[in-house]
Parts: sequence; C-alpha cells; structure tokens
Amino acid sequence: MKERLQQLQQEALEKIIAASDLKALNDVRVAYLGKKGPITEVLRGMGKLSPEERPIMGALVNEVREAIQSALEEKQAKLEQEEVEKKLASEAIDVTLPGRPVKLGNHHPLTRVIEEIEDLFIGMGYTIAEGPEVEKDYYNFEALNLPKGHPARDMQDSFYITEEILLRTHTSPVQARTMEKHQGRGPVKIICPGKVYRRDNDDATHSHQFTQIEGLVVDENIRMSDLKGTLREFARKMFGEDRDIRFRPSFFPFTEPSVEVDVSCFNCGGHGCNVCKGTGWIEILGAGMVHPNVLEMAGFDSKKYTGFAFGMGPERIAMLKYGIDDIRHFYQNDIRFLQQFHRV
Amino acid sequence: MFVSYKWLQEYVDLTGITVKELADRITKSGIEVESVEILNKGAKGVVVGHVLEREQHPNADKLSKCLVDIGEGEPVQIICGAPNVAKGQKVAVAKVGAVLPGNFKIKRAKLRGEESNGMICSLQELGVESKLVPKEYADGIFVFPSDAPVGADALELLNLDDEVLELGLTPNRADCLSMIGVAYEVAAILGRDVKLPTIELHENDENVHDYISVRVEATEDNPLYAGRIVKNVKIGPSPLWMQTRLMAAGIRPHNNVVDITNYILLEYGQPLHAFDYDRLGSKEILVRRAKAGETIITLDDTERTLTEDHLVITNGTEPVALAGVMGGANSEVQNDTTTVFIESAYFTSATIRKASKDHGLRSEASTRFEKGIDPARTKEALDRAAALMVEYAGGEVVGGVVEVNTLKQEKVTVTITLDRINRVLGTNITKEEVATILTNLQFAFTEDNEIFTITVPSRRRDISIEEDIIEEVARLYGYDRLPATLPIAESKPGKLTSYQAKRRKVRRYLEDVGLFQAITYSLTSEAKATMFALETAKPIRLALPMSEERSVLRQSLLPHLLEVVSYNRARQVENVAVYETGAVYLTKDAHELPEEKERLAGAITGLWHANLWQGEKKAVDFYVVKGILDGLFHLLGLEQRIEYKQAKREHMHPGRTADILLDGNVIGFVGQLHPRVQKDYDVKETYVFELALTDLLNAEVEDIRYSLIPRFPSITRDIALVVDEQVIAGDIQQAIIEAGGELLKEVTIFDVYKGDRLPDGKKSIAFSLRYFDPERTLTDEEVTAVHEQVIKAVEKQFGATLRG
Repeated sequence: MKERLQQLQQEALEKIIAASDLKALNDVRVAYLGKKGPITEVLRGMGKLSPEERPIMGALVNEVREAIQSALEEKQAKLEQEEVEKKLASEAIDVTLPGRPVKLGNHHPLTRVIEEIEDLFIGMGYTIAEGPEVEKDYYNFEALNLPKGHPARDMQDSFYITEEILLRTHTSPVQARTMEKHQGRGPVKIICPGKVYRRDNDDATHSHQFTQIEGLVVDENIRMSDLKGTLREFARKMFGEDRDIRFRPSFFPFTEPSVEVDVSCFNCGGHGCNVCKGTGWIEILGAGMVHPNVLEMAGFDSKKYTGFAFGMGPERIAMLKYGIDDIRHFYQNDIRFLQQFHRV
Repeated sequence: MFVSYKWLQEYVDLTGITVKELADRITKSGIEVESVEILNKGAKGVVVGHVLEREQHPNADKLSKCLVDIGEGEPVQIICGAPNVAKGQKVAVAKVGAVLPGNFKIKRAKLRGEESNGMICSLQELGVESKLVPKEYADGIFVFPSDAPVGADALELLNLDDEVLELGLTPNRADCLSMIGVAYEVAAILGRDVKLPTIELHENDENVHDYISVRVEATEDNPLYAGRIVKNVKIGPSPLWMQTRLMAAGIRPHNNVVDITNYILLEYGQPLHAFDYDRLGSKEILVRRAKAGETIITLDDTERTLTEDHLVITNGTEPVALAGVMGGANSEVQNDTTTVFIESAYFTSATIRKASKDHGLRSEASTRFEKGIDPARTKEALDRAAALMVEYAGGEVVGGVVEVNTLKQEKVTVTITLDRINRVLGTNITKEEVATILTNLQFAFTEDNEIFTITVPSRRRDISIEEDIIEEVARLYGYDRLPATLPIAESKPGKLTSYQAKRRKVRRYLEDVGLFQAITYSLTSEAKATMFALETAKPIRLALPMSEERSVLRQSLLPHLLEVVSYNRARQVENVAVYETGAVYLTKDAHELPEEKERLAGAITGLWHANLWQGEKKAVDFYVVKGILDGLFHLLGLEQRIEYKQAKREHMHPGRTADILLDGNVIGFVGQLHPRVQKDYDVKETYVFELALTDLLNAEVEDIRYSLIPRFPSITRDIALVVDEQVIAGDIQQAIIEAGGELLKEVTIFDVYKGDRLPDGKKSIAFSLRYFDPERTLTDEEVTAVHEQVIKAVEKQFGATLRG
C-alpha cells in the first residue's frame, strides 16, 4: 500500500509537470484527488488495515495528498501567470505612434511681454490704468507740457481726426487723466499699457500702430533715486538678476530732469555683442521726474508733490528678447510666427 | 551739429583729452555723440606737389602727363585725368605707397604706355563728400594756395587729419548749435575755461546811416535787426583753414564774404546774411510781413510765392530776402561785389518755422532760428564778421551800426535751496559741489545759507525753473552717482480690476482651446470699417490719412482677422484659428471723443481636429465654434442667460448664422461667412464670431454659493421625438424644461436623425432626461408622472410623436 501511494504521488507529480494548460491541470486534479480518484480508493481500503497501521498509513495518505495539492496549486499559479502575460502581450501597442493632439493656441508675443511687465509692477503695488485711444489734443499734448505750436506735435507726425481730436501718440494721456481724477491727492501709482499711433510709414523698424507701457508714481517725497531703484528692480526681474541700469541725460517735454535708461546687455552680460552693438548697454526706457507744469495742470501742488514717470515699447523689448528682426511680424499674424511663443 | 575736434581747441583747452574720451564725457553729461569720424577715412601718404610740367598724354586725349616735384629729390612723372590740372599748380599727390579712403593703395603704374608714379587727387578722392567740395574743384583736382610748402602733408593742410563729433541735440539744447555753445558745454564738463574770440574792429570815418536806414514793421517777429556796411571788399576764396572748417561742419565753401557769414553762423550760432549793397536798389531796409501773392526769387533760383505768414526783408518796396531762411537772388553777393551790407538779426522761431515748412526749405540759418538763438550774441557776431571781412576780403568797415532793437531783455533768475536739490534727486550733494557745478557752467550765482540765487545766461534759453537747475546739477554731478532707492510710502497691494482679470481669463481660455491671439490694425478702409459691425456709426475718418487702406477707424475686428486668415492661406497655412480683443470706435458727435467698446472676435477655418492614423478628421463647423463660445459663457457664469437665435446678417451665410443674446439683448453673433465673402477674401469655409466683450465682462454675476452634492440616485429616461423638419431643437428643449418642472434637472440631445426610415419632411431628435430630488430617492411612479407630462407637452406644442 505504501508503495502504491508513493507510486501514485510520483505519477501525479509527473503529470502536473507535464500539464501545459489550466484544463490539463484540472484533469490531473480530478484524476488523482477526485472522489473517484485512486487516493480516495486507497483511503477506502484502510479499513482492512490493523489499528496500529491505520494512523501511520493515514498520515502517509495526507502527506501524499498535500504534496499533490501543493504541486497543483503551484502549477496553477504558474499557468495563470502565463495566461495573463500572454493576454497582456497580445494587447501590446506601439507607443511611438502619435498621441491624440490637443489643440493649443497662445498669447501674441506683445501680450506676453505686456502681461509680464504688468505683473511685475503689480507686484510692486501698481495698478493698471487704461484710457481712450482716440484722445483729446489737450490730454495728448497740452496737459503734458506740449502747448500748441510746439514743434514736437506737428500735424505731420500725428493722426488727427479734427483739430482737437487725434489718435493718441503715446499712452501718457492716461497719466494725465489719472492724475486729474486724483484731484491733487497722492499717491498715484499706475502702469498704462496700450496701443498708440504715429504717422510713420510701415517698414522693418517703424509701424504706424504700436504699443507702449508707461508708469507713473506721484506722491510726497518721490525722489529721482526712487526712479533708479524702481527701474533697476524692473530690469532685474525682466532681464535677469545680474542686470544693471544706467541713466543718460535726455530731454522730454513732460519730465525734468529727463533720462534715457539703458539696461546692461542681457545677451552678452555687458561685454559687447551684436545685440548691444558692442556697447554692453541696450536702450530700453525713457524716464524722468514729472515736470512741475504737468503736475500743476493735473491739479497737484508741485511744491508738495513730486513724481517720476517712465515709458517703454513692448515691440522693442520683444524684438530684443526674442531676436525678432521686423516689427511688421507683430501685425501680420502669421501663424508660424505666433506659434513660436507657446512656452510658459 | 558737427564739431571739429581741432577747431574746438580754439575755445577750450583739450590737453590730455582724447577725442574718444571727450565723446564719452559729452554723451554721459547729456548730449549724445552719435558718431566720431576721422575725416581722411584712413588716407595716408598724400603730400603737396608742385606741377613743374604738364603736357598732353601722347596716347590719350583726356590724360595729362605731368612732372611733379613732391619734395623728394627728382620730380616724378604722374599721369592725371583731371581737366583742370595745369603747370605751376600746388596739388595733393598720393605718392606710390599711399593709401586713399576705401583702402585704395597707390602703386606705380603704366597708363596707356606712360609711367605714372602716384596720383594727383581731387578732394572727393581724399574722402570729402562731393556736395561739400567748392564748385570750382567739383569736377577736378583741388589746387592749394601758391604758398603751400612742397612735400608737406596735404591731409594735414586740408585739416583732414581732424576728427568730427556728430552731436545728436535734443530740442532744448539749441545752445549747442554753435562752436562757442559747445565750448561752454565742454568747459562745464571738464571744469576748464572758455576762450572767446577777440574782435579788433577798425571802423572808418564814414557813417553807416549815410549808406542805409532800417525800419522794422514786424517787431514781434523781428525784435532785433542790426547791420553794417563793409566797402571795398575783393571777392575771392576764403583762407584754406576757413574752408576746411566749413567742410568739416558740412558747409560748402563759396567765396570769402559768404564763407565768413557761414563761419560766424557756426562759431556764434548767429545766422548772418550778406547783401550786395549796390544791388539792393535802395538805401533802406524794411522788415515786414509779405503781402499775399508777393513773389521772390531765392538764391537757389526758385520763384516763391509768399503769404502774410512769411517775413521778408525788403528794400522798402520789394523783397530782397525771405527772412531767416534764404536770401534773394536779386541782391546776391557776386564776384564783382565791392560793398556788402551784413545783416545780423534775431527772428523769432514761429515765423521762421512756418516759412521754412511752407517752402520746404531748411537751411542752417532757419534751423537755428527755429530752435531759438541767443540775441545777446547778435551784435557781437556782426562785429566779428565785419572784422573778418577786413582781414580776409580786404574790406573797410563803415563807422557805426544800423539797428532796430525792441527786444525786451529779461534776466532769468532761479532760486533754489540745496535741500530741494537733494530731496528731488535723493542725494547728499554738498553746497560746495553745487557751487562748483554752477561755476563750471559759468552761471552767475550767489549762495546764502544754502539758498542759491542763479542768474541764467541768455545762451541757455532752456533753463527757467528749479527743475532745470536740478537737471544741470544732476547731469554734471553724474547719474551714475545717483543712489538706487524705492519710494518710501505706505505699501498698498497692486491688483488687476475685475474687468482686467476677466479679460485675461477669456484670452487664456480661447488660447487653451486652440486659438491664437492676433493683434491687427485699428485703421482700415472706409469699406471695411463698418463690415460685420454689431453697431454701426458714422465712420471716423483721419484728417490726413497716409493711405486709403488706413484712413478710417474700425467698427468690427473681423475684417482684419479675415485678412489674417487670408494672409496665412496665401502662405500655405490652411488651418487657422485666431481671435482678437480690441477696441472699436463709435462716434455720435464728431466734436466729442468716440465711444470705445471692446470686442472679442474670432475666425476659424480648415481642420479643427485631426488624428489621421486613428482615422479621426474633423473640419471646423458651426457647432465647433458654438461649443467654444458655450465654454466661454460657462467660464463667465453666463451660460443660463445666453440664447442663440437663427439670424440673417450681411456678409454671413443666411442659414448658418446665429445672433447671441445675453438676457435677451443681442451681444454678438456666430456663423459661417457668406460664400461670396469667402471668395472676396480668398479663404475656404470660415466660421467667425464677434462679441461685445465690454458687455460680457461687465454683466453682473452672482457670487459662487455651494449647493448640496446629490446624495440620492437620479433616474434617466430617453425619448426620441419625430417632428416636422422646421421645428428647432432649442424650442423643444425649452418646452421639455418647462414641462419637466423641479424634478427635471438635465436635458441632453443625443441623436438627430433625418432619412429613409422617416417620412419626408420629418426628423427625429432624441433627448435624454435626468430627474432627481436632492432631498430623497425618487420613485418610478413619480418620475413616470412627470415624464408623461413632458411627452404630452411636446406632442401638443410641436405635434411630436414618439419614435417607436
């Protein structure tokens, strides 16, 4: 009997090994461990054994049964695993095929530059002021210390509609309007972005329509050094932390003193390159202390209040920053141009 | 303004200051030096030669064979092509080995079989611009005065070794339109003295009043008029040094008398005019406004018709000069002139600007009058000119000056405290430093207890208020020494307005669903101005447009957006999706500012979605664009208040266009372009929209309030309704919603069918209705009851039948 059991175990284990799929394995299970299987038969024959032999033989039967059982389970797990792998293998795809495209547009490069500047100054406590593009001569010129007859306001340079109404030539009238609204009480702290128009023929460097951003701060005790500090802060945030700025004396009718502001070249770091034409500096802004006539006309006491103002051209900044060679690109809106400004 | 470095040294000691250093310091102190140019442009090896012999070249008609002494042993043979070369001349010879501008190297050569050892040069060949070369040498070689030493450096004699600084002057610095003005500026920068020219004038015993009298009618335009008579002048060339200085400054030499007036203009900034006294035709000068229609032939031989805006110098009856702009041909100094009347006057800028503009004539004189001259120098310049005419034209100065002077000379004084200077600049400049700067500027001042009282010299007309003095101090103190600080003030946070923030979100949304932002021109043609406009008004036209294409302000963004589509299509970009936000301009009254309203417009054409290898390809259609807009209204919280209504609009497809209403008011439209317009723009099927952005963003929206998340299950019922083709889905949906009441929470259209399986003229629309109650679980019976009502309602209203 013992030999018979050992032989059965041997046989069963061999068949388990030989089973190539789950069905064959199940056949083995039924054949050896089933109710009609040989081991059950052996158990049935145990009645003929002596009481001494019975527990020994019983233990042996269990041992054999467990051995087969565990071999079956092991094999079953293995076969199941194989089955899953086979199924997954059949589900494999080509990951190099293109993904389903998600359509994305993006900001116009000028908006990109303008929003960056806006956000930078918002961070410094400025608000954004906007005003009309079709403007009164008074706000565009007179309130900015450009009285009638001033050579800088020639009919030839501006798009007039009537003698008193024109397309604004700069965003400065927004400053004049905002100051007027403050009725002589500071502080005023604004950034004015917007479209402006000049009577220029469109070519690679001129556009009859372009954009400007100006800033204005009016309060008691505003100093020219505050202008320098503010613009240095701006230059560093906009063009890199190791940037520096310099003031060169200049002239604008609405500021006194007036300066042109250069930023150390962000391309070469100031050593000189073709972007900065070898000077190490790039002219970015015009600025100055608000002319007392401008303050007075807007209702501020120029003995009590001082202020600074600055202005810059997003087209110029975008051209320098992105290496754009022709200002007309901004207004032609070639998709192949626009889509180059997609990155965050 | 061109400033000769050599000439400048006559007025300021420039020892130890190189040209480059000078240029840098001038730029840093406020006047931009735009360029520094060496006049000889790299030429070297040019000497003065003496033409000993000149004969015809044996083999060439237009060439001369010359024997030239160049101060180096044996004379050399040089072949010369200039028509004016002659025996006995002193000429500029580029020796063998010399280099001429443009890196042109002179070599020994054979010309038509004759040896040539060098080249006799014209001024042009030495780097002088053609328009500056004296007329007599314009078509040939330059001839030196006979005393020029043979073998001397010709470039040095011609002052071509000089360097010229080009100053870019801002309009306030007209004082630097003269050498003396520049000298004051440079002296202030360097802290050195200014040496003014000394004038030694010897007058004869005669009285100028016996020669001429002056009357000024237009004293407002001409507050100061002065003149002198110089007799017995001999017209000839001016000295070489004067000619070379004029050329360096950009003025062509003519003759001694004219050159002297130009030289004084450059030196003092005072324009002068020399009349031939004998050709004046009278013994009087009358300055008046021209009569309308009066004419004058100016020095450039052009007849000019005048108006009452123009100021003229007359001989009492007829004009002899267009004041401050150009002299008349009738009284021009000529080779036989012997008596000269020199005019030195102060004309105010407005009248000169008008005349200069009206006649398209900008001269060195008019430029200076326009920008404003210093009347304090007017008479000094006159004396200096007279003295030079004695010296270089052999003249004799008649005693006295004729003069009409109604000038009100007001001294400009500015008082400012040291504290004010430092408070405006944010500096700690000492009173000694301020005093040094004012001294260097040669401003007279007193200082008492840190209060400066400054008398501004008349040459600095740009200075009249405290801030002007602050600027002078700042620029000479040095802006690089200005500290960098931030405003000391209560710090308030900056923030976008709600409108600005929403506008940014709208833009971002459109970009994120696939549209590119475009920015187009506000000016358009009259025809395009009102095309597509949501509201139209009388077109706003520019007074002086540059072209018809850019003559009127737009009332819709679409015409230019369609140009963008067309522009891209012409460049093989077929799939275009663009939007723009921007103003349109609507006028009510031409004398008031127009209303500017912001619009949002878009244009989409071509494929909307394509994933070709998976067989997906979707062209843009009405519903793509509508979906984008639905998303936009959802973003703005307006989705419940928006309605689309089938509409007919000019330029739009009559069957594929909808007006968009917000709270019942039209705020925009969406649809396909009319095929005719597509053809006009040369674009394919294109869908567009335009919305009144201002209204959309200003629409009041309730704040977000949380509502219960449903805890109870919902029940969904689908119905397919067969209706007449003309019935529109929106109406049925509306009816379902109304009939469904409180429990019906969502109605979705999931199928639309038209075809064989339905009778002609019928279509089927399938709706999915979702019912729920946030408070409890609905029973089947309740839902069925409501659902039955819905079905009854649509059957009644639209004759709908349930599709089996």
